[in-house]
Amino acid sequence: MSFRKPSVLPGFGLTFGFTTFFLSAIVLLPLAALVLAAASMHWSEFVAVVTSPRALGSYRLSFGASALAATINVVFGFVLAWTLVRYEFPGRKLVDALIDLPFALPTAVSGIALTTVFAQHGWIGRYLEPLGIKVAYTWLGVTLALTLISMPFAVRALQPALLEVQRDLEDAAETLGANRFYSFCRIILPTVLPSLLTGFTLAFARAVGEYGSVIFIAGNLPMKTEITPLLIVIHLEQFDYRGAAALGVVMLAMSFAVLFTINLLQAWGRRRHVRAAH
Amino acid sequence: MAAAALRPDAAGAALPADTAARPGHNTWMSAVVRWLFIGVSLAFLAALLIAPVATVFAMALARGLEVYLTSFADPDTLAAIRLTLVNAAVVVPLNTVFGLAAAWAIAKFEFRGKSVLITLIDLPLAISPVIAGMVFVLLFGLHGWFGAWLLEHDISVIFALPGIMLATMFVTFPYVARELIPLMQQLGNDEEEAAITLGAGGWMTFFRVTLPRIRWGLLYGLILCNARAMGEFGAVSVVSGHIRGLTNTMPLHIEILYNEYNFVGAFAVASLLTLLAGLTLVVKTLVERTGYRGR
Repeated sequence: MSFRKPSVLPGFGLTFGFTTFFLSAIVLLPLAALVLAAASMHWSEFVAVVTSPRALGSYRLSFGASALAATINVVFGFVLAWTLVRYEFPGRKLVDALIDLPFALPTAVSGIALTTVFAQHGWIGRYLEPLGIKVAYTWLGVTLALTLISMPFAVRALQPALLEVQRDLEDAAETLGANRFYSFCRIILPTVLPSLLTGFTLAFARAVGEYGSVIFIAGNLPMKTEITPLLIVIHLEQFDYRGAAALGVVMLAMSFAVLFTINLLQAWGRRRHVRAAH
Repeated sequence: MAAAALRPDAAGAALPADTAARPGHNTWMSAVVRWLFIGVSLAFLAALLIAPVATVFAMALARGLEVYLTSFADPDTLAAIRLTLVNAAVVVPLNTVFGLAAAWAIAKFEFRGKSVLITLIDLPLAISPVIAGMVFVLLFGLHGWFGAWLLEHDISVIFALPGIMLATMFVTFPYVARELIPLMQQLGNDEEEAAITLGAGGWMTFFRVTLPRIRWGLLYGLILCNARAMGEFGAVSVVSGHIRGLTNTMPLHIEILYNEYNFVGAFAVASLLTLLAGLTLVVKTLVERTGYRGR
């Protein structure tokens, strides 16, 4: 097989050449520089950096808060997607458009705004304060910021899946005496499960790398409220490029693992889809 | 196509026609469930989205309209706005040209390794913005690979405009391409092949046949690319050096003002970016109405 199939259309050489050149210059070579910088370290040095107590503390917060935020988004994202797909109410279209707001809003803006709302005297923070709940400058605030910025990913993954739930199956189940909860567990949940997991993974992937919104609300105390991207920035500010690169490679590996998982989940979803159609 | 799903797609789906009129569904119980779902949804959005956005304007106008407007007269704020516009004016067109070239190569031709190429184009979406900034520091920073050479020739990349542009280009890299690739694949090659067979040149075919058919998708990708380019914080923060009046973009300037407890100033700049986000959503909704995304 040759490299490409013949075509009457012109411009393959030009566009393909430009695409690969630009991709290499802007994305691939810089990423290779990161991996090489980490590879130039001695193995023991690399391990010492990426397993230092401060680094481990930052992974715990970054991955823990991201997983929690993704879970919150899957639960509320399901409720939101269900509401948007199944119910008609005034302002439904506006709500549907608003879902994408975290995507369009710069992270620095959501960071300072969220901090102000949930600070001690903020609109919501003042009601949480007497209950002994501190959000701003704690891990709760980190989770909240990550929930905000990763919210659209879960909702948008679930919406098309919920549209596909076969309503006649639900009706049949009800006719046969199934209650709501039973038909939810046996009909709706299995149908949307691949999308639910994809939504979780996408939200998690977005949350792990987030920097802008978190640093305002986090307090940024080492071991307590310091996320991994911030630790990388601190290394860079001290001109410790190798340390920063080592942590960067850990996060890069995490990104690739997540991409791989999404790939598997989508293949699984497609397979189930094909089987269901037969 | 792993990363193909990394950005939320505008579902904006219409309600199934039969939602209201299903036998046995108009019970008291289903009404309770219905309002519970709507109530929880609205409360969640109110706390997480509406309250922060309202806070931006409330804080910006906390000391009156006059103070709000005067805060834009600050030369550093003006410099930040100018830098943000210049940056976007360079990055967005470059990424648009890239997006068009990538979409033409990928959608119009069959070649080996195509899916790998698509995955690589989507890669920046999966990478932390901090890493996007860091790779350029490793290359062009003072202690980076080309640091000594750049110093010798008196060229600054890091802590200067070129670094900001490179970092912004990295994070907004896939936005136009990933909008155009599926669109052009869906449209097929028939009309272009007809034009070429009838004697039109390559450029003429592109401008007269392809471009009119992809214009809404192009606009869609462009506004999303622009919103991200103007709002990017993490990647730019790493390479900028935060020099007031020189290398501060609007999001970075917000951080400085906020940390100086100049809340009116910080939220005033934030209000501009919030309006931009609102505008982006409006254009996005309008483009979706044209139905080009009606999959």
